[in-house]
Amino acid sequence: MKLRRSMLFLPGANAAMLSTAFVYKPDSIMFDLEDAVSLREKDSARLLVFQALQLPVYREIETVVRINPLNTPFGHADLEAAVRAGVDVVRLPKTDCAEDVELLEREVERIERACGREVGSTRLMAAIESASGVINAVSIAKASPRLIGIALAGFDYVMDMQTERGDGTELFYARCAVLHAARAAKIDAFDVVWSDLNDEAGFLKEVDLIKRLGFNGKSLINPRQIELLHNAYAPTEEEVEYAGRVVAAAAEGERKGLGVVSLNGKMIDGPVIDHARRVLQRAEASGTRK
Amino acid sequence: MNDLIENGLAVQPLADEPLLDRQGRTLPLFSGFAHQTPYLKDPVAKRSRKICGTLEEAIRRSGLKDGMTISFHHAFREGDKTINTVVDLLARMGFKDLTLAPSSLLSCNAPLIEHIRNGVISRIYTSGMRGKLAEAISHGLMKHPINIHSHGGRVKLIQDGELTIDVAFLGVSTADSFGNANGISGRSRCGALGYAKVDAENAGTVILLTEEIVPFPNAPASISQDQVDFIVKVEQIGDPSKISVGAARITSNPRELLIARYAAEVMVHSGYFVQGFSLQTGSGASSTAATRFLEGHMRKAGITASFALGGITGGIVDLHKKGLIERIIDTQSFDGDAAESLRSSPGHIEVSTNEYANPGSKGTYCDQLDLVILSALEIDLAFNVNVITGSDGVMRGASGGHSDVAAAANLSIVVAPLIRSRIPTVVRRVTTVVTPGECVGVLVTDHGIAVNPNRPEIAERLTAAGLPVMTIGELQQRAESITGEPRPIEFLDKVVGIIRYRDGSVIDVVRQVKD
Amino acid sequence: MKIVKEALAGTLESSDLLVKVAPAPGAGLEIVISSEVMQQFGAQIDHVVRDTLNKLEVTAGLVVVEDKGALDCAIRARVQTAVMRGAEAQQINWSALS
Repeated sequence: MKLRRSMLFLPGANAAMLSTAFVYKPDSIMFDLEDAVSLREKDSARLLVFQALQLPVYREIETVVRINPLNTPFGHADLEAAVRAGVDVVRLPKTDCAEDVELLEREVERIERACGREVGSTRLMAAIESASGVINAVSIAKASPRLIGIALAGFDYVMDMQTERGDGTELFYARCAVLHAARAAKIDAFDVVWSDLNDEAGFLKEVDLIKRLGFNGKSLINPRQIELLHNAYAPTEEEVEYAGRVVAAAAEGERKGLGVVSLNGKMIDGPVIDHARRVLQRAEASGTRK
Repeated sequence: MNDLIENGLAVQPLADEPLLDRQGRTLPLFSGFAHQTPYLKDPVAKRSRKICGTLEEAIRRSGLKDGMTISFHHAFREGDKTINTVVDLLARMGFKDLTLAPSSLLSCNAPLIEHIRNGVISRIYTSGMRGKLAEAISHGLMKHPINIHSHGGRVKLIQDGELTIDVAFLGVSTADSFGNANGISGRSRCGALGYAKVDAENAGTVILLTEEIVPFPNAPASISQDQVDFIVKVEQIGDPSKISVGAARITSNPRELLIARYAAEVMVHSGYFVQGFSLQTGSGASSTAATRFLEGHMRKAGITASFALGGITGGIVDLHKKGLIERIIDTQSFDGDAAESLRSSPGHIEVSTNEYANPGSKGTYCDQLDLVILSALEIDLAFNVNVITGSDGVMRGASGGHSDVAAAANLSIVVAPLIRSRIPTVVRRVTTVVTPGECVGVLVTDHGIAVNPNRPEIAERLTAAGLPVMTIGELQQRAESITGEPRPIEFLDKVVGIIRYRDGSVIDVVRQVKD
Repeated sequence: MKIVKEALAGTLESSDLLVKVAPAPGAGLEIVISSEVMQQFGAQIDHVVRDTLNKLEVTAGLVVVEDKGALDCAIRARVQTAVMRGAEAQQINWSALS
């Protein structure tokens, strides 16, 4: 169970940020070659990310590269750079259907063979940014065993829907659809970025909403948001205490070879134990909620 | 009695034998009520005798001579307009071979280079230097090495007689005709006059440069009339808007905020975060930001601080206004909020650097301090701290209160990014030792926290709190693995700076950099 | 690779560098490096620049590096970008970039 609450976006052309971003300890770092990079700097950002990924410090953290779509002049070279540099995950933007993922997978495999990287070691994630993508979310989420998750990207989606970002009503269906597709495929689901850095209260309100919906986490545009997000996802002391008892009871049951385990007269089955383990994992990562 | 005195003079012996004092010296006979105070005979001069029409007149009346020592305060920091103006005039008046002893120097003092070259200034005592002046001196501008002292150590050097100030030139925003002066009224308000108070008390002659002469009696009198010789009205003593340029600033930089958050948590879990604790957070970006994070922790724990010390920023003032810090003990105001609070809050108290940090004083506020956050240009495996020389060996900082407060506080916390562009902050051996490692308890960087092995109880508490505690060796290795191994800087043999520890002893020297 | 036109890559922001390449007036390679961290890292920067050019098989041209304390990885990337722009390279030979 890899914890993926925070995915920090870094503009791929920014040397200073690439040289320091690992200190913020997000669960994943995403080097962006797409929207955060101007057309003139696509080539330089690609090489900068290619080199930065080889820094030893980036082996301590999950790395993601957002490539340009494969139907642009940049996508294929971006993919070469990411896979050859040993990135953990390639993020495909503007995924409209399962075929987009299948094409990506074939290209990744070709590059893995060409550069001698273990076939299958490059994981994928797909960002859904259109009405078509939302409609096809179920097939997208199941399109490749390499997929670790799907993400909703809000900006392009609301444009496609002929609306704009507001209180979340505009994303309600898309969030639910993407989340269900991910859960049905047993992969992770990521929510949109919150772009108003100064509106901390608004950010926390949205985090509370997506956490209750069931999202694993969120894409972030500023390191300052990481601590806020992790704290919001951190369990309370009571939750940790209860989860500890659930896991202990399960272990005890397993030791005694019991088929059914109960705690205080309530039956504990697989999903309850899994949930308890997730609670303990979050507490381990960021302590209890402050 | 009347027949003994004629025209105000004693006209005949009062006794057969001369009258002697306890040491056997002849007691002088009364020779008129104004014998020693002639101005009392002149109703105009009586009240205006200290006022000089021009700075030049004040300098002439002060008796300043070649080879003497002049002093200034640096409360206006980069906005100071007094030091350069006075030294320019001294040069025009033909003075030579002066010792310059301001409480500190900054980038704005670059024009002094010319006056060092032409022999007006031959020696310097200061807490720090920046910019072109510091660069020139690091490259061997002066024949004699400069002395770098701490804020407390400066007062010690004065009291021990090494640094004798002959004439102090003190810029104040208002003064009355007798010299009662402060920095919290008038136009250009710098706030606390902690440095100036020391010079007013100890200088042979005190000249006030004031923007405004206000009706007598001016209050409060940070500098009192009984210490002031001459008063000159000048156009401008300094620009307060430039005080917070340089060291004191507010940050939105995520890396500085990360360090600030760690620093606040270190304070909280240090064991000293209890009702009535005291703190100093200084002027660095991360340390001022730590103040902001501290507010939440204090509210959650339901505790308040008894006092905040030192250079004061708006962040501290904010907590004071909210009732979280009872008293502010202010030796230097780092921004307009601090200066305004000093003026308006009865709980905001102005103190001299003697009271603040002089190890020779009978009681300093820093001895009462629990927690302090300090900065560093470099820190080494023995926790020694350099706040003077940059990575290129050039002087570009200030000793300030660093070694004073580190020595006296219950726990000193040094905050710094592990790497600045490509330069590691944590190194095997600092270029220059300003504060000895034994006085440094904790180092907080963006990559992790190291605790001095001489504070095992602190390491235990921080680890228990889940903070990322590493050894300082691990931090040094981590820095080097990212930047590569830096080559040692090359120096010449010539000593350009002597680093004086707060007690006056020599803790290190700075050598001329090789070009 | 042959540098056929003047090209720039990078910025003068802290932790970055600006690299300028130009066709050589004479034969051979001329490298000019200035850096904020010359004292401690001048030799290392020179080594990385030469190594990067060597792998790209650049044997002639003027290369001017203005460094603002960049890490080696950024130095490599900026030199590679400048060279590829200056050589008007369309294809990327990835094995020459690692």
